[in-house]
Amino acid sequence: MNSTPQKEFFAGVKAESPILVGVIPFGMIYGVLALSAGIPAGAAQAMSAIIFAGSSQILVTQLVHQSAPALVIILTVGVVNLRHALYSASVAPYINKLRPLWKWILAYLLTDEAYAVTILHYQDDKVEEKSVPQNNKHWFFLGAGLALWSSWQLSTAAGILLGAVVPASWGLDFTLALTFIALVVPALKDRASLGAALSAGIVAVFAFRWQYKLGLMIAALTGILIGIALENMAGRKAGQGS
Amino acid sequence: MNTFLFKPALDSSAQLWGTMIIAGLLTYGIRLSFILLFSRREIPSWLGQALRFVPPAVLTAIIFPELLINNNHIDITYSNGRFIAGLVAIVVAWRTKNAVLTIVVGMAVLWLIQWLLRM
Repeated sequence: MNSTPQKEFFAGVKAESPILVGVIPFGMIYGVLALSAGIPAGAAQAMSAIIFAGSSQILVTQLVHQSAPALVIILTVGVVNLRHALYSASVAPYINKLRPLWKWILAYLLTDEAYAVTILHYQDDKVEEKSVPQNNKHWFFLGAGLALWSSWQLSTAAGILLGAVVPASWGLDFTLALTFIALVVPALKDRASLGAALSAGIVAVFAFRWQYKLGLMIAALTGILIGIALENMAGRKAGQGS
Repeated sequence: MNTFLFKPALDSSAQLWGTMIIAGLLTYGIRLSFILLFSRREIPSWLGQALRFVPPAVLTAIIFPELLINNNHIDITYSNGRFIAGLVAIVVAWRTKNAVLTIVVGMAVLWLIQWLLRM
């Protein structure tokens, strides 16, 4: 069944909207933190459009505040955002028939939050149907991405305007972790993905002091390998049983 | 170029904007990488299998330290409000699959614990 571009677009906006509840306070917190780190309001707002990645923007404000050299800031952003290469590879087969302009736009909108809802929508089909232009699912991607983008820009602006009105003691930055919990937990449907999540989390806790977010990368890699191993073991067992 | 890379970002307006723009282009390049590279190819099956585990692995690697690390130490006592609130949020997400409810309940529990600890 084919859906119209409009229907897909608004379905994308709708799927993204619960996530925005977590993103908006986070954008405001970024705006507040950027000003307190000494970044001028114009540059703080522009960063939300230029980098457009929440956790690395927060890291940039910390590093700027600590007078870190430009090279360290750039490398840190690169390492933290390396996970987007995996998202890029993950969505690539679904959008490979689109025109280049679409690819340039959708790549710009490929954040954690837009990826999370979009990939679930693409994988929703029982039948593997990857000839995307016919099913208009790229409009869903665009809707989810633009909903996130505009919320991110507006919440940054609100954070800059509010300045220090929201006290840090409210702990609104915790909504980042809660957002990720809301995304991950319902997706843990089998033993392999549960094993991937738990092992990555445990490694990340014990490697949290490592420099430049290296612990995050090692933890993620561990989780992926454990997930593959568990899935292959389950597959072999099922093969023997039949 | 050398002096640019080794100077703090807040040295000048040009320094700050230069740092931001390079970091932004790098991020965009990473997001664009496979979309262009694989645009005419199928992803190998082992890579496809690995990618399925990327979201749970990466997101949990961000979540766990947020919940378990308190003042630079592993803290799994009731005085770590984020740990307790996170556990409650995990249960809510698991039972209801409702993102808004998960975030609202998680923040409410965090504030409740912060308030109780202040009494």
